[in-house]
This record gives sequence, C-alpha cells and structure tokens, in this order.
Amino acid sequence: MADRTPVIVGIGLSDFPRAPHLDGVQHHVLAAQRAIADAGIDKSSIDGYVNAGGSGGGDMVDGAIAMAEYLGIDHRYLDGTMTGGSSFEFHVQHLASAIRTGLCDTALVTYGSNQLSRMGRALGTGGMHRGPSRIAGPMGYEAPYGNSLVGSYAMHARRHMHEYGTTSEQLAEIAVGVREFAALNPNAMYRDPITVDDVLASKMIADPLHMLDCCAITDGGGAFVMTTAERAKDLPQAPVYVLGAAAAMTHWNVCQQTDFTTCAGEKIAPIVFGQAGLTHDDVDLLMFYDSFTITCLILLESLGFVGKGEGGPFVAEGNLKRGGKWPMNTDGGGLSSCHPGMRGIFLIVEAVRQLRGQGGAAQVPDCEVAIAAGSGGWLSAIGAVLLGKEAP
Amino acid sequence: MSAGAGAGPAVGEVVDVGEWAKPLPGLDAVNGPYWKAAREGRLLIQECPTCGHRQWYPRALCTACGADPVWLETTGRGVVHTFTVIRQQGMPAFKAELPYVVAMVELAEGPLVFGSMPGVDPDLVAIGTPVEVWFGVADDDTGVPFWRPVP
Repeated sequence: MADRTPVIVGIGLSDFPRAPHLDGVQHHVLAAQRAIADAGIDKSSIDGYVNAGGSGGGDMVDGAIAMAEYLGIDHRYLDGTMTGGSSFEFHVQHLASAIRTGLCDTALVTYGSNQLSRMGRALGTGGMHRGPSRIAGPMGYEAPYGNSLVGSYAMHARRHMHEYGTTSEQLAEIAVGVREFAALNPNAMYRDPITVDDVLASKMIADPLHMLDCCAITDGGGAFVMTTAERAKDLPQAPVYVLGAAAAMTHWNVCQQTDFTTCAGEKIAPIVFGQAGLTHDDVDLLMFYDSFTITCLILLESLGFVGKGEGGPFVAEGNLKRGGKWPMNTDGGGLSSCHPGMRGIFLIVEAVRQLRGQGGAAQVPDCEVAIAAGSGGWLSAIGAVLLGKEAP
Repeated sequence: MSAGAGAGPAVGEVVDVGEWAKPLPGLDAVNGPYWKAAREGRLLIQECPTCGHRQWYPRALCTACGADPVWLETTGRGVVHTFTVIRQQGMPAFKAELPYVVAMVELAEGPLVFGSMPGVDPDLVAIGTPVEVWFGVADDDTGVPFWRPVP
C-alpha cells in the first residue's frame, strides 16, 4: 500500500523585505513558482490549494478561490482557513488529514503581502479604523478605545510581569538573540547587532513593549508543497515529514482573552507531541511566531518547553540563542527579518530549510526535529507543527 | 462638562465629551440595549437564567450553555486586571489624547470588560487599582463606558 504519510517537498519565498515591484498577488505567484521549482513537480500535478488571503486585496482578489483561479489550479481540495498569522499551521493540520485520506495528493499553500510598500509601517499603531466610522461585530466593543495591535500584546506582557516577575530585560534577550540570526541572513530587514540596553532604550510604543520588542513590517511571500511520502520518492528534495499538527483558539478579539499569561498552546501541546511520539527534548529548532518578544515567551511556556512563569529566566540564560539549547528563529524571525502581516508560513519554510541542512551560516547542527508554532490575532489562535527529517 | 473638569464625573455619570470623532460600534438588535443603557448611565452585562453564567460582551446566546441570556445591571466598579499605556496611535482623535491607558477591568460582578481611561495619568494605574465607570456621550443612542481610578 502506498505510503500516504504527509511530507513537505518544496518551499519558496518571494522577494523581501522591500519589494515595491510586487503587489500582494505577485508575492503569492513568485513564492508559488519558486516552491514548485524547488519541489521539482509539474504544476499540473497540484490537486489541492490552500490560501488564507489577507494580503490586502480582499477575498475576491487574493482569497483561496480567487487565487486558485488566478494560479490556474485544477483542485479537488480547497481550504481558505484564515486565523491570522497562524493560518499556515492550521493549513498543515488540515492538509495532513486530507493527504492521508486521499482527498488530494499534492497541495500548494501560498501567502503574499506587500504590507510595507502598500501601507508603510502603520500596522502596529496606525489604528485599525481610520475615522469616526461604525464598526460591526465584536470589534465594536474595542473600537471606541484606541487600542493598538502592540497594546494587545503589551497587556499580556504586563500581566505576565505581574504574576511571574518577568522583566523587560528578559524580554529584550529574545530580540537580541533573534537579531544575531538576522545578521546571518543577507535578506533580513534589520541585521546590525543589538544589545539588551538598545532594546530598553528604544521608544516605548505601548508599555511595557518597546519598539525593539516589536516585529519588523516588511513585504514578502512564501509557499510550500505538501504531498505523500510515496510521491516524494521520485522528487529531488529530501522530504520533511509532518510528525504532528494541532491547532486551537481561546478567543479571537483580545477583549475576550481571559488569561493574559498564556494561550491555546497549552491545549495543543499534548496533542502535537502525542501524535509525534516525541518529547520537548527531541526538538532541535524552535520556529516561534515572534510578532513581539512576549509572543515567544508565552509560546515557550504554553507549549511546555519550560514551566509557567519560568520563561523569563530561561531566555535570559541564552537558551534560545545561536548555540543554545533550543535555537529560535534562525532566519532572523519577524522581529528582525520578515513580517509582512501573517508570518506563519515563514516558520514552516525555515524549519524545512534547516531540516534539509540548507540553513547556511545559521544552520543548526544535527537538526532532525523542528517545531513551527504560529500565533494568530492577539495570542488568539495557535497552531503547532512538528516536522522531522526522518519518517515517523 | 468635560471628563477632566473639576473633580471629574461621579460614578456612572454621563458626560458630554464634545463632538465624537472616534470609531463606534455598529448597532444591532443584540448590542443596541447595551450602548443605549450606557447612554443613560448604566453598565450592563448578561446573565444566563438557566445556568447562571455571566458574560461580556453581549451575545444572542449564553456561551456556557447556549440558552438565552438576560441583562444584568452592574455596580460599575471593578479592578484593573491588566493594562497598557498607548504612546503611539495614528488616528487623530486618539493621537490628541496620547498617552492614555487601555485596560481590561475585572468587574465586581465577575466578567472582564475592555475599556480605556482617557484623561487619567498613567502613573496612577496599576494592576489591582480599583476603578469606576463613567460614560461619554457619542450620540442619542450610544454612550461609551470609560474608567478612572476610584478617588
């Protein structure tokens, strides 16, 4: 019987961090072309397509069905799940099941956004609403108050500090460590080394988060190809196995968060590690959604890599840095390299690159298992994927 | 009277804050009574007559058991559960008020509610600070609950 274990066989990135020559759709296209070439497949063999949209054009321009038409994909499996930045980890969960059960054989996932070129750096604090307009739905309960995207994460950081004594210095260590990796990535948005003092001296955006606690705002796109282990035998790249994938939410709007020190990582960690039959010590690389430094800390704790409240001292010891116990975000992360709005796809692309041994100067030695953990919304929807070099 | 005038508004006071230039909720059949009550100086949450669950924001069902919730008027008092100080915001109506506190308030009645404290010195706010509600008038059908430390 054919081996239908889901594997990733192709990855691609569009141009970043600044690509004024590309619109959102073109980022999807360029990343898709590169992922298809990397996979060594004929485009006509793609029978599944997944896309969260969100690149700014609206669903009728860059949503799943619109982009399937644009790309000319004759699909028998289509998924447009949109959970913000974690969409792509949800996609792997869905595709792992679809591929195992034969709903499709070879699927393409794409993302693209010209966030920086289209809107400048207004995403974090520009205000989600531009004037005295009427905001429908639950967001209307937040709209009159002038919160910012940064402020939503800052409320998590503040509560975490209150309950566990976490410090701004400890959070800053996360930004410093990710910047060290960015220095090794010629395409990264910010590559100059920074210190803890630099982070603390950077402008306060929403207390207690400083500018350097916040991710970059860039252009960019990514894509990957998933198929069966059987098909991968005939393809040029060593397959990367999907060992486990789990995803869940605790809330969507931040006004419905009930525990500002954690996230749905607590719910999904036992599921994803259980599927893979692995423990945290088996993991060689963390690809964590670093929209803000606090996002990484809460993912680290909620996914069980350290106990609740232990994250601050743990990161301050350098455990997430190059050469540390669990190196994190080897591509320079969203904090320093690439964050066009929804970063989850880049977590998967970089994990695959590392597991293939294509990590260049940032290669993690003997990288056999990686986790990609995305956060969508305001630590709202969390997806985690365990990827491995060897068949499960 | 403005929010910052004199001793400030009394608990639950409805305050004319001048021409409203901030975003507002889209009113519908479910949320209309909530915003109208705020216009009249009352902060409502919902309680489920079937299971007793209390919730904010108002919905067409109880999120615990699925039954139809009813309105419950609160005391308008609570404590700061967590907060941030917004120091950068692009929208003009908010930019004019920088810096200001955005907070989650734990109501005396239980649920967490989202809000802000325009005109309040951020240094006066900490997690655990007792706060009380006041209401800014947006239009005839809409009052907006705001918070300030209990004097």
